[in-house]
Amino acid sequence: MRKRLLHIALLCVLAVPMLGAGAPSSRFDAIGHKLMCVCGCGQVLLECNHVGCPDSDREITELRNEIATGLPDAGVLNWFVAKYGPTVLAAPLRGGFDVVAWIVPFAALLLGIGIVIFLIRIWRRRNPPNVPPSGPQSPLESSLRDRIREETTY
Amino acid sequence: MLHPMPSFGSFAILLALALCVYTLFSGAVSLRALAVGRQLAVPAEALRETSRRAGIASFIAVSCAAFALIWAAFTNDFSVDYILHHTNRDLPSLYKFSALWSGQEGSLLLWAWLLSAYGFVMRIRDKADVTLHAYASTILSAIQIFFLLLLVFAAPPFAIAAGPLHADGFGLNPLLQYPEMVIHPPMLYLGYVGFSVPFAFALGALMMRYPGEKWIHITRRWTMVTWLFLTCGICLGMHWAYAVLGWGGYWGWDPVENASLMPWLAGTAFLHSVMMQEKRGMMKMWNVWLIFATFMLSILGTLLTRSGLVSSVHAFAESDIGYWFYAFLLIVFIVCLFTFLRQRDHLRAENKLESLVSRESSFLFNNLVLLAACFTILWGTLFPVLSEYVQGSKVTMGPPFYNRVAVPIGLFLIFLTGVGPLLAWRATSLRSIRRNLLLPCLAIIVSAIVLMATGLRPWNEADGSTGAIFSLVCFSLSAGVITAILTEFLRGANVIRNQTRKNLLSSTLLLTRRNTRRYGGYIIHFGIVVLFIGVAGSAFNQSRELEMSYGDSLQIGSYKLVCQSYSQDSNANYDTDYALLDVFHNGKKVTQLAPERRFYNASQQTSTIVAIHSTLARDLYVVFEGRNPETDKPIIKVFLNPLVNWIWIGVGFVIFGTAIALVPPLKPATRRAEALEPTKAPRLDSETWALPVTKSTNA
Repeated sequence: MRKRLLHIALLCVLAVPMLGAGAPSSRFDAIGHKLMCVCGCGQVLLECNHVGCPDSDREITELRNEIATGLPDAGVLNWFVAKYGPTVLAAPLRGGFDVVAWIVPFAALLLGIGIVIFLIRIWRRRNPPNVPPSGPQSPLESSLRDRIREETTY
Repeated sequence: MLHPMPSFGSFAILLALALCVYTLFSGAVSLRALAVGRQLAVPAEALRETSRRAGIASFIAVSCAAFALIWAAFTNDFSVDYILHHTNRDLPSLYKFSALWSGQEGSLLLWAWLLSAYGFVMRIRDKADVTLHAYASTILSAIQIFFLLLLVFAAPPFAIAAGPLHADGFGLNPLLQYPEMVIHPPMLYLGYVGFSVPFAFALGALMMRYPGEKWIHITRRWTMVTWLFLTCGICLGMHWAYAVLGWGGYWGWDPVENASLMPWLAGTAFLHSVMMQEKRGMMKMWNVWLIFATFMLSILGTLLTRSGLVSSVHAFAESDIGYWFYAFLLIVFIVCLFTFLRQRDHLRAENKLESLVSRESSFLFNNLVLLAACFTILWGTLFPVLSEYVQGSKVTMGPPFYNRVAVPIGLFLIFLTGVGPLLAWRATSLRSIRRNLLLPCLAIIVSAIVLMATGLRPWNEADGSTGAIFSLVCFSLSAGVITAILTEFLRGANVIRNQTRKNLLSSTLLLTRRNTRRYGGYIIHFGIVVLFIGVAGSAFNQSRELEMSYGDSLQIGSYKLVCQSYSQDSNANYDTDYALLDVFHNGKKVTQLAPERRFYNASQQTSTIVAIHSTLARDLYVVFEGRNPETDKPIIKVFLNPLVNWIWIGVGFVIFGTAIALVPPLKPATRRAEALEPTKAPRLDSETWALPVTKSTNA
């Protein structure tokens, strides 16, 4: 069992380098999916499908131009924020208070898990579980118990 | 000028309001008198019965109002402002019917009508417990009063249009002129409104300090059916978005979509944790607050869409109606909190959790993760408002936020879906964990290796997106969960097979029929996993856009599209631009697709009708985006979306599993035999095996 757990852990460790950085050629796609179309359609810039959309074509051209100037990703995004305001970003990425948006859900989940573990430990301490009678069980008893468990669980 | 039908509808709403007010007050007075033993001028039981009957009559009154609005739509009564703005003469009959929920006033009337219909069914089926039903009926009437007040004062559906009578209406929003739109909103509303019933029972049971858990048994089917309606409503909405909006996706994390998902998640948590209360008398406070929260989230969702608090492409224009919802939500919260504080000693748990590794704790963690997902969505929906308050500027919470935050939580949930059912109640031994988890863990590892070997290598993704890694984890976990579910079926079926000497299939069927709730639940889990697999496929979507003339071709993946022709058509309702495209797969013609773009004359709006060639492995999704004004040639956008069909198949399994779980379980023959021979002591052989057990599990 321990070996198996080790294998799973190894797989998880191996998964980390999979989150490698993107190649420069795909920057257009990556940044384009971090921006919104500003026409009010509520769609990500590269997914806006309105023919004749007054904004998306212009934004896409601007995106190509800004990437061509050699600005880093953050610089391109900042350029768009400066021109269109923070709502042009598809997610809050400016740092500062925006970070709160990303942290709070995970913090709430971790806090919840912590509270549950804490409560279970307290309850266990207050109400020690009934210890089953010790001593070896006959094979019949063991199979009987297994089958009872099979049948009584949801 | 006389307006007989609108007047009839308005009076019907007023009558329903009067009847609901009577139901509330007579119900409250009679129940209070019965609780404290006070004598009234009329017997309290008789007063309670009149309250019930008034509630039933209110259903008839609201039905009349709904009928009047539909009648007005079918008879083109453009003197009614609502009909003027949401229909036109050439609108097909099907969509005239759906005009009932196409606008704010109509959808509020639909809400009131569905609530009265639920109340009607509940009130005529009050034999299980008359007093508890009377409490629930009184609470439901209070909710109904709120919606009827809205219809009378804030959003009257029968308001007369100002100015001269119009010859034709302004038409229905083209996006709503799609067959699914005829059933999607009622399904969604059946889900939203339906949670009022378990909420009313829970609050009523708490008010009257209802002994035991019978209220849960009474409401179990209500909750499950409501949950099923909401599930179907959400999925129909997904399918509608996929087939009509033409952006290649089915879920855009729009606030209105989020609003439907939040009560679904809370309701799902309630359906799970309520089993703990039934089985072990635990988590009573938690359950009560879960169903309160589910109901309040349903109302919050409506508030979000109608108040203009958050911007959404689906939302109705900002209106004063939001203040009504704020007030109602506040009142509901105060009533719930007050009742809870007064009666909280009634909710003491009979047992405590004994182990971190047990079925109970898995339910608790499952609840925690579901609520974390719900909170994340609520947080994402409301963060723009918070940001504006703190920073002075709104932000957008689009798909990148949810994909990074909600998806990992969803994956954790899949993991728990697989592990939870394998743990025993109270505590699970290491031996049992090892035995039960061995195969699922192997399935996870093997599937991960196979997927990586066959080309799913997230580290090769050029844009460094997390989609591929999440998909790999999702596919692997799904393999583990499916293995766990199949193992559970096989293990149970083998026991039956040994007992009855039937074949494996018959044994599996018998097993399912003996414990429909448990195995129906497994089928639902299976459906959810299949749905997740479908969603994970979206990480590998491809798209291409091309201006296509006669004979032009477009290659995407292994598909080639060749433009055969493009033309125009028209009927009384709309004009159509369409293209005819031959589709070749690996060089062989498989189908012809005809994506359309329609221009609706009445509303002067356009809409796309997507053409989809669907297989189990992928969807070829073709959109006619319009014509290039300079060349007049059609612009075609093509998406190759893997595994989308798995989503709809998964939903099918969820529906099937819920239907199974709703069926009463089969009583084993041994139990009937014992009833015939009551004095006979049960034998400890295989024939009597299910006797004491089935009784407890299927309670």
